Amino acid sequence: MNPDDLLFAETHEWIRLEDTDGEKIAVVGITAFAVEQLVDVTYLEMQPVGTPASAGKEIGEIESVKAVSSIISPVDGEVIAINEELANNLQLLGDDPYQAGWMAKIRVQDEAAIEKLMDRAAYEAQCAEEG
Amino acid sequence: MNESLCTTALHSWHIEQGARLVDFAGWEMPVQYNSIVEEHLATRQGAGLFDVSHMGRIRFDGAGAARFLDRLLTRRVLDLQVGQIRYSLITNEEGNVLDDVLVYHLQTPSEIQYHMLVVNASNRLKILDWLTSHQTAEDEVQISDCTLETAMIAVQGPHALQIVDPLVDVDLNTLRYYQGVVTRQMGKPCTVSRTGYTGEDGVELIVHADKANQVVNNLFASGRDLGIRPVGLGARDTLRLEAALPLYGHELDESTSPFQAGLDFAVNLEDAQQNLRQFVGCEALAEQAQQPRHQVRVGLALEGRRAAREGHTVHAGAEQVGVVTSGSFSPTLQYPIAMAYLNVQDSPSTAEPGMELEVDIRGTRQTARVTALPFYRRDKSS
Repeated sequence: MNPDDLLFAETHEWIRLEDTDGEKIAVVGITAFAVEQLVDVTYLEMQPVGTPASAGKEIGEIESVKAVSSIISPVDGEVIAINEELANNLQLLGDDPYQAGWMAKIRVQDEAAIEKLMDRAAYEAQCAEEG
Repeated sequence: MNESLCTTALHSWHIEQGARLVDFAGWEMPVQYNSIVEEHLATRQGAGLFDVSHMGRIRFDGAGAARFLDRLLTRRVLDLQVGQIRYSLITNEEGNVLDDVLVYHLQTPSEIQYHMLVVNASNRLKILDWLTSHQTAEDEVQISDCTLETAMIAVQGPHALQIVDPLVDVDLNTLRYYQGVVTRQMGKPCTVSRTGYTGEDGVELIVHADKANQVVNNLFASGRDLGIRPVGLGARDTLRLEAALPLYGHELDESTSPFQAGLDFAVNLEDAQQNLRQFVGCEALAEQAQQPRHQVRVGLALEGRRAAREGHTVHAGAEQVGVVTSGSFSPTLQYPIAMAYLNVQDSPSTAEPGMELEVDIRGTRQTARVTALPFYRRDKSS
């Protein structure tokens, strides 16, 4: 996996765009930075397959000992898959946040939101400011 | 970094240890060093070291100190012996809780006796104000806020006493629970009390602020092979929750009575001679003591893995019967736990252990069973 293929949202989600049978699919997860911030993850729940995804709106929630955080959809479309394996094995998040730790796949319906996402360099700059 | 936050004497040390710092009651404090769960378990299994310097430490000198405090605390102070410590509440005229505190009666090696209150960081200024506004010229008491010139370090866990004992002049095995002594730690003045807020055995040390770093280094050297770990406020909260200890702002506030919180033991309406004591709120509390309880504090054990949090509502079928005051995933028990206030006026059985209720967690109902408190009790046989 080449991290330069990923695009990033301000809210620490990443997407990897895949072209499948002419459809644009965004694989979504959260970044290593976000996982590190959370530390003690106790629970993850994504909204089910078929849910409409709206850029900037919640598509799941992740809970740590201290608090609950929203997973925000970076794109507009429809949730076509969620990672059941991850929900049962949260360890994957820490081990492999960009591959095995994927959270949802969204069939992209409006590409406008993709323009607003950051590349890796911009995202890393944002993290440097935050951390 | 917020320039206007207070910092403790261990602030740089926290940063060196990799702490994540947050604003807590106007102090920049470590919430965790790496993992709240790891720090929590380290305290239950070995020893956790906590910087609790942000808590208020107020000293009372003079012949009238005990009498002055006895008029403001729900616990008896007049018969508090030297070396003895009591958990108490400070109530207002309505009998509602302004703060929960520890009151100490201590004696220095040169035989000066004094009293001390340790108060919540969030209430320090409020309580100082309350104390001084109730102080009259006739009271013969000098009140001094020692918070900023001292540091307070808690060492809690099954190995805590073993770690601290070689460093202090007193034999800690002779220091009983809720006893304190003014002694020396490697040559420097140190107050040691067998108190804590985790449900584990342990001590709290009070030293001069400029000695805090040295003390911490000594503790780490002594505890190196006994599992000593720095522990932040995040784990302090999960530890006290498992031990069902109330936290001001959650289980206690100015609209809560001690009886509602189940803190009957902390209200002494009578003195040692069984005469009625006079303290602020005593009339209201005497009246409340006669009434049936409308609300009770309970423990909840939840199904699933989502934690209930402060403010989540509790339901018996269609009816809301209460509200959660604190909740978290329990690292020791491995399921979510919570404390809540339940209305029992109409239905006393609502609060009975085993009763199945539901908590509304962000729009979804989760089954929760009422359990007896505390959730966790340390093994005292070891």
